Amino acid sequence: MNRAYWMEIKYEFLKQSRLRVYVFSTMLFPLAFYAFFGIFMGWQHQPGMGSLTRDLLGSYGTFGVIGASLFGFGVGVAVERGLGWLEVKRASPMPVAAYLAAKTATCLAFAGILVLLLFALACTAGGVRLAASAWVLLWVTLVLGAAPFCAMGLAIGSLVGPNSAPAVINLIYLPMALCSGLWMPLEILPKGLQRIAPALPAYHLRQIAAAVIGGSFRGIPQHAEALLGFGLVFTGMAWIAQTRERAKIYG
Amino acid sequence: MALAELKAVTKRYGAVTALDGIDFSMEAGELVALLGPNGAGKTTAVRILLGLAAPTSGRATLFGRAPADREARWRTGALLQVSKVPETLRVREHIELFSSYYPNPLPLQDTVAAAGLGGLENRLFGELSGGQKQRVLFALALCGNPQLLFLDEPTVGLDVETRRLLWRRIREFVGRGGSVLLTTHYLEEADALADRIAVIKGGQIVAEGTPSEIKARGAASRLEDAFLRLMSEEVLP
Repeated sequence: MNRAYWMEIKYEFLKQSRLRVYVFSTMLFPLAFYAFFGIFMGWQHQPGMGSLTRDLLGSYGTFGVIGASLFGFGVGVAVERGLGWLEVKRASPMPVAAYLAAKTATCLAFAGILVLLLFALACTAGGVRLAASAWVLLWVTLVLGAAPFCAMGLAIGSLVGPNSAPAVINLIYLPMALCSGLWMPLEILPKGLQRIAPALPAYHLRQIAAAVIGGSFRGIPQHAEALLGFGLVFTGMAWIAQTRERAKIYG
Repeated sequence: MALAELKAVTKRYGAVTALDGIDFSMEAGELVALLGPNGAGKTTAVRILLGLAAPTSGRATLFGRAPADREARWRTGALLQVSKVPETLRVREHIELFSSYYPNPLPLQDTVAAAGLGGLENRLFGELSGGQKQRVLFALALCGNPQLLFLDEPTVGLDVETRRLLWRRIREFVGRGGSVLLTTHYLEEADALADRIAVIKGGQIVAEGTPSEIKARGAASRLEDAFLRLMSEEVLP
């Protein structure tokens, strides 16, 4: 039943692309933040094309793909699970893997589109120049790097209610972004916060993106391992949460 | 072979016993109503038969298989109580998606006709009225060309006219050879549709038979009186 997978992916994408709140918030915020902090501030800092503009591309790219994943997966699962739609789907012969594959593919697709828009902004207004291979590698890094955050979204969506999901995600997403150095370079932050950063998954993706931009691959394997580890932990959390919920749902 | 069967099924949620040793089975071509007040265990019985919940003890089968078995699900469709359906997909898209889960789905136009959705195919779900939304859910249950339909409180909250229209669609499905397990707390609905009624109370089946047998059992000419009589009796061990 490969058809079920394709149809699930197609309609999940279509469904999300018609959700104005999702499209605007996932696309607009990272682009606006990058335009302001990356490009406008970069001009102030170093008229012309600054290295700040180039470096922050990795940070805001990371920020953007995480948002697309956490909101796409987390709010989607929380609402569908909490308001009965997931139950209707589970009663049908839909393969559960198709549901997860469709949500993942859709989040990664939005992440991919967002990163392309960020690149366009960086190239034009930002005057950022990278080797063609570096652009491609950065795009692939950011899009694949969104996957562990899909697992994080699944875990949050499996634990919180449909109404509180957006607030809970913001409460996790925004402080995590700040403490991982996604808004401003880590070095500016207090020492205490700098020490927390490696405990946050966003930090590791940012470090990989920074290494790709800088053209040095040192440290990438460790950060990739950390991301993989976080991805597995979140998947496990989601699995436990769903199993426990199924056992206790009141009929 | 029974299409769906519960054998001595008990379901407990913590201290609450939702089903208390129920025996129930239905055959091909039947339209059976599980009738009972809210909280009697109707939805729990349906969820167990659909493989959405596991019985605490006892055994449930669907087409002789475990209810969660993919092949059993290919032969069933379900209309469940749901508070929110994705609103940014069109009626046609919802139906196409659910059809893709089944090996031999009905052609789209047949599903649309069987659910009375003609002319609404390109509407977004969020733009539909309550009755139209319920018909879409009915279409999703029907689209896989199932032999057995589960309808959990299918007409709750609908106005009289819309309810009658859905009744007609349900009868048409049975007329084409399908079987239906319907849960309802509307006596009128059970009386109008069912070949057989199982009255459920406190997790047990307290009476079972044709609508006229139930009326006789409750010594009343109207099902409502019979039902109230049955509900006031002590549950026999």
